[in-house]
Amino acid sequence: MNAPSPSDLAGLAHRMASETPQAAALGLRTVSVEPGIAVMKVAWRADLVGDPATGVLAGGVITTLLDHVSGMAVASGHFGGCATLDLRIDYMRPAEPGRDVLGRAHCYKQTATIAFVRAAAYESDPDDPIATAQAAFVINPAPATAVA
Amino acid sequence: MSGAPDDRLSAILAAIPYAGYLGMGATLAGDEMTALLPFSPRLVGNTMIPALHGGILGAFMELTALLQLSIREPLRRQPRTIDITIEYLRPGRAVATFARADVRKVGRRIANVHVEAWQEARSIPVAALRGHFMLSLP
Repeated sequence: MNAPSPSDLAGLAHRMASETPQAAALGLRTVSVEPGIAVMKVAWRADLVGDPATGVLAGGVITTLLDHVSGMAVASGHFGGCATLDLRIDYMRPAEPGRDVLGRAHCYKQTATIAFVRAAAYESDPDDPIATAQAAFVINPAPATAVA
Repeated sequence: MSGAPDDRLSAILAAIPYAGYLGMGATLAGDEMTALLPFSPRLVGNTMIPALHGGILGAFMELTALLQLSIREPLRRQPRTIDITIEYLRPGRAVATFARADVRKVGRRIANVHVEAWQEARSIPVAALRGHFMLSLP
């Protein structure tokens, strides 16, 4: 497989943010993407709060961000479809109310059928994560016309 | 919180903005709660199938676990998620999804909860979640 071109990656960045209904509804934005590594962002919104006593974003928002950015990290390496097999999330601390949350994912190993991803969610410092994640994806075979 | 369990459940759900964002509901039969996630096009993650976003299934099951703990224990604050593991078994189709939580253990500070989500039949789960939650007991 040839390396994806910049226009391939730009197309992926657009599709993952704007053409996925839930990503658009959540307001996910692509920050950067390169083969195997993706960064996306979600803005704090009052209707996404999980605990009104604290104003902290719901865990489900972080789950969706990490699942989505992990899928993007996989897709940036092979350009076929993929589906999440499992996703484990560890919460280090609550997200800070009112702040954007970034999600960064690294697809560190990909076989013909399975991709393995590590990801983290944070406001500004990846070394001070809100949550870390470990995921496995099953890779759908790329169609013959895909990047090959 | 006081009053009938059903009223408490409705009050807890209504107080969580993100539950409203999802459009989530829940009913009680005795002490057994069934959570409901009506289908909405905004919850789709894959338009080809179409299928619910995996993050939405995870979010729905995590909230189901938190709700089940909240109606079971008199808590000072909402439980805090420590860790969750989500297993995806089948695509979540464009229909309503249901979930039930099984509280496996409640310790002094930490609870272990298993959740299963299904659509047409409970015997055909679409996803499962296992998690640990920190409790704020009174």
